[in-house]
Amino acid sequence: MSETLDKPAAQATLNVVGTRPIRPDGADKVTGRATYGADYNMPGQLVGRILRSPHAHARIVSIDASRARALPGVKAVVTSADFPDLASEMHDGGEAASNLRDLSLNVMARGKVLYDGHAVAAVAAVSAAVAEEALSRIKVIYETLPHVIDVEPAMSPDAPVLHDYMFTEGLETPPTVASNIAKRHKNVRGDVDAAFAAADVIVEDRYTTQAVHQGYIEPQACVAAWAEDGRCEVWSSSQGQFMVRTYCAKILGLEISDIRVTPAEIGGGFGGKTTVYLEPIALALSRASGHPVKMVMTREDVFRATGPTSGAVMHVKLGALSDGTITAATVELKFQAGAFPGSPVGAACMTALACYDIANFTIVGWDVVTNTPKTAAYRAPGAPIAAFAVESAVDDLARKLGMDPIALREKNAVRDGTKASYGPTFQNIGYVETLAAIRDSDHYKSPLKPNQGRGVAVGFWFNIGGESTAAIHISEDGSAAVVTGNPDIGGSRASMAMMAAETLGVPVERVRPMIGDTASIGYSMLTGGSRTTFATGMAVVQAAEKVILDLRQRAAKLWEVSLDHVVWRMGQAECIDPAKPEKKPMTLAALAAQSGRTGGPISAQVTLNAQGAGPGFGVHLCDLEVDPETGHTSIVRYTAAQDVGRAIHPSYVEGQIQGGVAQGVGWALNEAYIFDRDGRMENAGFLDYRMPVASDLPMLDTIMIEVPNPRHPFGAKGVGEVPIVPPLAAVANAMRGAIGVRMSSLPLSPPAVLAALDGKGG
Amino acid sequence: MPELAYLAPSSPEEAARALASAGSRPLSGGTDLLVQLRAGRVKPDVIVDLKKIAGAVGVREENGGFVIGAATSGAVLGEHAGLVRAWPGIVEGANLIGSTQVQGRASLGGNLCNGSPAADGVPALIAARATCVIVGPNGRREVPVESIVTGPGKTSLVQGEFVLEFRLPARPARASDAYLRLIPRTEMDIAVAGVGVNLVLDAGGVVTHAHVAIGAVAPTALLVASAGAALVGGKLDDARLAAMEAAVRAACKPISDKRGTAEYRTKIAGVLSRRAALIAYDRAGA
Repeated sequence: MSETLDKPAAQATLNVVGTRPIRPDGADKVTGRATYGADYNMPGQLVGRILRSPHAHARIVSIDASRARALPGVKAVVTSADFPDLASEMHDGGEAASNLRDLSLNVMARGKVLYDGHAVAAVAAVSAAVAEEALSRIKVIYETLPHVIDVEPAMSPDAPVLHDYMFTEGLETPPTVASNIAKRHKNVRGDVDAAFAAADVIVEDRYTTQAVHQGYIEPQACVAAWAEDGRCEVWSSSQGQFMVRTYCAKILGLEISDIRVTPAEIGGGFGGKTTVYLEPIALALSRASGHPVKMVMTREDVFRATGPTSGAVMHVKLGALSDGTITAATVELKFQAGAFPGSPVGAACMTALACYDIANFTIVGWDVVTNTPKTAAYRAPGAPIAAFAVESAVDDLARKLGMDPIALREKNAVRDGTKASYGPTFQNIGYVETLAAIRDSDHYKSPLKPNQGRGVAVGFWFNIGGESTAAIHISEDGSAAVVTGNPDIGGSRASMAMMAAETLGVPVERVRPMIGDTASIGYSMLTGGSRTTFATGMAVVQAAEKVILDLRQRAAKLWEVSLDHVVWRMGQAECIDPAKPEKKPMTLAALAAQSGRTGGPISAQVTLNAQGAGPGFGVHLCDLEVDPETGHTSIVRYTAAQDVGRAIHPSYVEGQIQGGVAQGVGWALNEAYIFDRDGRMENAGFLDYRMPVASDLPMLDTIMIEVPNPRHPFGAKGVGEVPIVPPLAAVANAMRGAIGVRMSSLPLSPPAVLAALDGKGG
Repeated sequence: MPELAYLAPSSPEEAARALASAGSRPLSGGTDLLVQLRAGRVKPDVIVDLKKIAGAVGVREENGGFVIGAATSGAVLGEHAGLVRAWPGIVEGANLIGSTQVQGRASLGGNLCNGSPAADGVPALIAARATCVIVGPNGRREVPVESIVTGPGKTSLVQGEFVLEFRLPARPARASDAYLRLIPRTEMDIAVAGVGVNLVLDAGGVVTHAHVAIGAVAPTALLVASAGAALVGGKLDDARLAAMEAAVRAACKPISDKRGTAEYRTKIAGVLSRRAALIAYDRAGA
């Protein structure tokens, strides 16, 4: 008797995967019924509010909350004294490690405030008005300290030092003096000096980018309730309920078993919700007050205290032979980490040259703390920044060589079997196919109008797998509930339902995808790293296969045949025992209806640690038009091609690509954190933090290239992060074409463009 | 804790009485006030809604000119064919405020009295030589639009006064206006510079009257008389346009801030004034 599982990927045709059904969460979202973080309420809940530092860098001399506590309606006030003083300890949260002490100090300042907006104290009160009044009654005495915002000044030996205990890691000689440089990353291959000496053509430039925010629509929000028996519950909007549980337990010194976290619907994350800000504070306020506490950030809070990703200063030098072979590269990346170490410069170093097969290179990255909010992950963390510099340099190299920019990239492209700049050997990648799709597109062949320019840029992202759990429960009518532990930030419920439906052979409408709380589904790493459709999807498919095996066993029992004589096809068990031709197929519904007689409820769960995520490559083509009198830029046409492995739901893959482009265009053209002389953020709102609005962009055209990933049942690769990697450089390269000047500092705002145009003649 | 009261008077006099208390704030569309309330920048104890007052909402024709209720939404202005025909620049300025949703609420009266130097509704009103009818504790007065705002967030209105309506002069046969602004995006943004131009032509296309007003380049929107004068007496040739541009730039007294440098704002104001003048000239039937 065989227990091999049917492999749906081997089926010649797919009925569900690759189609475009209405998303299962769609109706609730468009009608306003979906329950986001701020929509949850508890009887008797209090309003929590945070007092934030008005200084970029200061010592906290004293905090006197007595007048706040005395205000009628104030039920609790907490400060760092209400949280354990943690030792330095790294915690591997999946995509990136976090230091728990830093996490705790970021949630609530202890001893020093390190950026404008850093939380200093929090209150819980019977109303928002009382809570606000209470904040104004908390007297904090600060001793202000010199501050530093930009990365290069922060690296200077005479810079104000944020952490006197921080000594640079990664140097050959360990330093004896504390500095703001947390770590140096270095990756070397070959003999770069000799290669530059032999190069026919060399380009080099210095590039800068500004800190930008993820810009999710939904501000962070949570409700926390601490019960009398010490057990607590948290409802919050995040990219991972298990991440929230772990961090809350660590920051508050609680047992994991005492915390249950229920994920709310999430209104965007883009990496920014892979950490905690409010939840530990709400729990501390609930413990102190004895009431549930609800906390909702304002947009100003979101800008001042969450996110962003790094501003950076970069230097890139490329050497090539006259035939276009790139033989040498040096890349130096200096990244703002914000108040605590952990900028994405490591990932930036790994991705910087990942699209190129180069024999000799040196890549150096610097992780530097600054008096700005602690950076958080932002969609392909670090990669867009490095790609802006490298892809700008490659564009200049193509110009200097007199080569077509796609031909230059094709000549130096990584392929299956190429050893990647960051170590592994590429397999099953679709990069050259993606380059070819743009080269052969109508867009690439179309003429440009006056004042227009065209830019090409490419981008890479690893994508990850990791730990996931999925459960499938079959109802007595044959419908299926699919439960996973991954919040749906990009349409993953649709893809989970579709993969389950495809495997089980039932209509997708018969599958209800759910996201469980931390007590109702097994551990799952957070939704990030473009892992969910790949890793959690694999768990869903394997759970469906287990259900099918169970169903075949039940049918075999009913038919009194061997398991080998029962096959699962198109949602029903079929008897292929030649001795029993009279047995009619039994549908899933028929088997479910008699499950009580065949062994009880039908259900299966799979936990796995998925390996073999396929890396993704994108090639973007941007046309823009500049108003030469004002410097105003309009994106007039944009095409993004990407190797997506297999598009489970093509509309949502296209949506991911378009969303990444929109964010990247905003990063390129107008977005930037602006600080005043005192280090206070000047544009903590969507009015002056200029993300693109819908009318700023044309229809963004997408081309999906499907080079399947053999490690996934349907060939899926992560798709959500790659599309934000190329746009910064695609826009900058188009600008170079339009105005004839290389602009190497983002954002390319109208005043900057006009200044570049005006400087051209002089 | 203080409570917030809401009043919706039906007569101008009643509104003036309600606005006599120091803690009161008038409400038109509320697209600025509600945002300021939420951000804690203003803390009124009474909000006086002006939209229920007869005449405060709507557009009517009087003595050959138009009267615009100060609380009329941008959407209503945009759908008024007669107003759009006579004063397309005023309407396009009003319609640039915010987004489609905001247009259902935002009003010219609120836009003016909020006191922003960058208010998109204001330069074209000034260039039109529009007046405001003000109602207050001492009755009514009528003043030019440019006399209302005295500095960022500051107005010449005294406690209890509010703007009831705008009055526009009768329009000659060949006359039109235009408003242009520059923002880094395409909507939902604040002007880096804005220019309103209002022209009257004779039968031969010669400019007989011209008024130019600029926004976002000084503490208040400004009427630039020298810029208008530069256009009068001929067709819009390059020399006249260059003289107007120079006059506009000379009048600019901008600050450098997160929205643009002083140099950039000044340069752009000139560019916009030329483009707006050409649009107004074209619309006037030249």
